[in-house]
Amino acid sequence: MNLTGKKIKLHDNALRDGMHSVSHQFSIDDMVRMAMALDEAGMPLIEVTHGDGLGGSSVNYGFGRHTNREYLEAVVPKMKNAKISALLLPGLGTVNDLAMAVDCGISTIRIATHCTEADVSEQHIKKAREYGLDTVGFLMMAHMTPPEALLEQARKMVDYGANCIYATDSAGYLLPDDVTARIGLLRSEFSDDIEIGFHGHHNLAMGIANSLAAIEAGASRIDGSVAGFGAGAGNTPLEVMVAVCNRMGIITGVDVDKIMDVAEDIALPLMPTPTRIDRDSLTLGYAGVYSSFLLHAKRAEKNHGVPAREILMELGRMGAVGGQEDMIEDVALEIKKKSA
Amino acid sequence: MAINCAMIGSGNIGTDLMAKLLRSANLNPVWMVGIDEDSDGLLKAREAGLKTTHEGVDGLIPHIEEDNIQIAFDATSAYVHGENNRKLQEKGVLVIDLTPAAIGPFCVPPVNLKEHVGAQEMNVNMVTCGGQATIPMVAAVSRVQAVEYGEIVATVASKSAGPGTRKNIDEFTQTTARAVEEIGGATKGKAIIILNPAEPPLMMRDTVHCLTETTPDQEAITKSVHDMLAEVNKYVPGYRLKNGPIFDGNRVSIFIEVEGLGDYLPKYAGNLDIMTAAATRTAEMFAEEIENGTLKLKKLA
Repeated sequence: MNLTGKKIKLHDNALRDGMHSVSHQFSIDDMVRMAMALDEAGMPLIEVTHGDGLGGSSVNYGFGRHTNREYLEAVVPKMKNAKISALLLPGLGTVNDLAMAVDCGISTIRIATHCTEADVSEQHIKKAREYGLDTVGFLMMAHMTPPEALLEQARKMVDYGANCIYATDSAGYLLPDDVTARIGLLRSEFSDDIEIGFHGHHNLAMGIANSLAAIEAGASRIDGSVAGFGAGAGNTPLEVMVAVCNRMGIITGVDVDKIMDVAEDIALPLMPTPTRIDRDSLTLGYAGVYSSFLLHAKRAEKNHGVPAREILMELGRMGAVGGQEDMIEDVALEIKKKSA
Repeated sequence: MAINCAMIGSGNIGTDLMAKLLRSANLNPVWMVGIDEDSDGLLKAREAGLKTTHEGVDGLIPHIEEDNIQIAFDATSAYVHGENNRKLQEKGVLVIDLTPAAIGPFCVPPVNLKEHVGAQEMNVNMVTCGGQATIPMVAAVSRVQAVEYGEIVATVASKSAGPGTRKNIDEFTQTTARAVEEIGGATKGKAIIILNPAEPPLMMRDTVHCLTETTPDQEAITKSVHDMLAEVNKYVPGYRLKNGPIFDGNRVSIFIEVEGLGDYLPKYAGNLDIMTAAATRTAEMFAEEIENGTLKLKKLA
């Protein structure tokens, strides 16, 4: 694989996807400290919101320690070079939430839908373009639909006004060839003014390998998070990604020593438990289940005495999609009934 | 004598509604209004012997007097409801709004249908399918003790969510959340909708989370939930309590499944049924009032 001279933009998700790992409880101070350190390391784009994005704070996903406005207002003014992005899932967040985030000074918005449901994003993508935002269509659980169908959904988002399309491996299920097929098709079918991105999860330890496959297939934006701080077994660990990119001659603009320090000195101590591939997060990748389900399934195991792995496997069989956290407790109760 | 009705919107909801109205004793569906001559809904309406137009509400207006249309159901989209409503009310037609536009007062039959009796309203709003499926349960908790926060999660099969619903997804969440407060009785409301494309399509699922102000009275809430279930079952037989109520601190969670009658879309689309059955139930109540003279329809100047 020769990727020498390729230029990519890294997008850190620790302060959004990582919120899942801390049940959305980052303090303002932790957020600001980590964002400033990432900025200092040369990270160009940093996502800051509740794990489930704007409007995400809820019983179903967990209440945030602070509001999205409080987090954004604290972080945005402290950035020297980095731009701040926010995530919005239609059906949960609304254009009013988007207006709030714009008011706080975000530069990028990522409108996330299940990989087959892009047409719920029309209101939000159009509004984001009116605001002049860098507008990303974020197609989640991209393993659940074939490349051609993913392309069709991406076309809708581009028609609404998105200038960048992501294939999002929310379950950490994709293997490098699956990534190549999806990213390659998106890249070949859209003009150069549409960027293509990849968001990985590390549940099968494929974060780095998949990201490299994505770059080779034409992706120019790569998500990850420092120390892999994210749902499931985490995102593509960005300090590792930067080191690999340096070895391969891929240009990221991020300082490898500094980002290693952010991972070790700031991110790791904030993790309640280390982000790693345990049997439950491995099950996510193996069964193709939304990574944010992990802690909810562990909680259901504790409350109802049904193993998290069994719950996650059943959710995979049901074809549960992102956002269906409410089904975790229901599935646990159903399994309990059957075994009674 | 049955009251003559028109249905505006020939999509999933309008077509399912037609089947319900055809069975009603005191509602008589006469017109089906669409915008696409070849739409499945208009085709089905013609087969059923209804008059149809594909010119939108303007195609219906000239026929209102001659066909004595007194009730119209709007199942188009929040964006066009305002204009449809204005044109219909100029003709003195009572409008049942099945879009999330929510210009008129909310109606969730098992909770507040009786409040609309004698209120002389010319437009009532049916909230959303997710609202019809969940607000009765929020109310079942709040009538026992104060609910400081009510949250509902509605999951529907992708195939049962038409283009109108998809374009109006913000209106869905906002209108439902407001009705969780105003009709459900929660101090603060939130609504979430999820579309799931699984095959075969999954049945409508709804989860209701309530946070009570004080420790929940488990026995009273459980009884109230089962009583409410029986009320909803009077017009939606496939409305089932799948799990719960479960109690975790001040959280009360209720897990609902809604199986439809399979009138238009197959039985998985309980979201259509609960909406159209609620609208039919509401219109039947108004029809009784029109017939016995307690509701006099008036033209909006």
